Amino acid sequence: MKKDMKFYLKLFTSTLYLSAFTFGGGFVIIPLMKKKFVDEYKWIEEKEMLDLAAIAQSAPGAIAVNAAIIVGYRLAGVLGTMITILGTVLPPLIILSSISVAYTAFRDSLIIQYILRGMQAGVAAVIIDVVISMAISLFKEKKLLPIVIMIGAFVATFILNINVIVIILASGIIGAVSIHHSKRVEKGGDLK
Amino acid sequence: MIYLKIFWSFFQIGLFSIGGGYAAMPLIQEQVVNMHNWLSMSEFADVITISQMTPGPIAINCATFVGTRIAGIPGAIVATLGCVFPSCIIVLFLAYLYYKYKKLSIVQGVLNGLRPAVIAMIGSAGLTLVILSFWDGKGISNITENIDFISVVIFTSSIVILRKWKVNPIFVMLGAGVLGLCIYPFVL
Repeated sequence: MKKDMKFYLKLFTSTLYLSAFTFGGGFVIIPLMKKKFVDEYKWIEEKEMLDLAAIAQSAPGAIAVNAAIIVGYRLAGVLGTMITILGTVLPPLIILSSISVAYTAFRDSLIIQYILRGMQAGVAAVIIDVVISMAISLFKEKKLLPIVIMIGAFVATFILNINVIVIILASGIIGAVSIHHSKRVEKGGDLK
Repeated sequence: MIYLKIFWSFFQIGLFSIGGGYAAMPLIQEQVVNMHNWLSMSEFADVITISQMTPGPIAINCATFVGTRIAGIPGAIVATLGCVFPSCIIVLFLAYLYYKYKKLSIVQGVLNGLRPAVIAMIGSAGLTLVILSFWDGKGISNITENIDFISVVIFTSSIVILRKWKVNPIFVMLGAGVLGLCIYPFVL
């Protein structure tokens, strides 16, 4: 990956575009980033993207901003972070400061409501599409534990409304314990 | 010094809103409505509504809105900077640790556990958005009665297009917006 002006421009415009389409906030930006940086540009691996998402979720602040910070750092160090923060912050800055001048008109505009309602369905489809792809590739690994963690975490967050920090801690601990356990089994095998 | 006040206030919001999104709302309310009276409660409710209608994180949207109201565009910039600053330091520190230690087997184990959980959380966020869009934020009280069939159609066709032809998502999202504008005026 060559880090010339073109690369930085691409990094800036893609984060700008991602931020402009992150309706609903929070985790919505992760599947969009995955589509852009993993599938389209192939700058980051899928597994690494998931790690970065976990870090973005664990740190305080807006997840979209955190994800932009860490992706920028991964791709181009601190300068990359500056670029991705700028790209992420500019769309809300421009949109909200223009709206704050005439916000009742915006809030009550029917045309805007129709467009946004349609777009909401489209954004939901994009996210579900990415989730389907990632879940399929996880199932294809044919390992029981990750599948159990995925289903368990889904039930915990979606149905039981358990705090995401708790889920992150729990699944991290389960992962650490399982690797420790499988190593012991391997060592035991060597002794025979 | 109003700028310093704005910065400090949003710095705290940025620092203490763990979990993002709606977790930040009570914090923002505390700072902006209760402590500083920068917005009235009904104005704050409007900001939340507008935040849901526009892209971008709620905290950043709020920072911009409040900043603009109190001190114009410079106020908006200062508020946004305050909001982003703590995340920046903490995330960079975590990123540094991640790239330094990710080869360690214990860290590998933790990450192996985290990845499926992250997929689950993205799935949960996506499903919440689907429900919001199908039932227009009214919740699933009566499955068929309140359902917005147009949004179901837009969603389903978007999914089919995405999975079958792998088109760029930007076209799907824009197309969905155009469809909304073309259909909703005739049915609502």
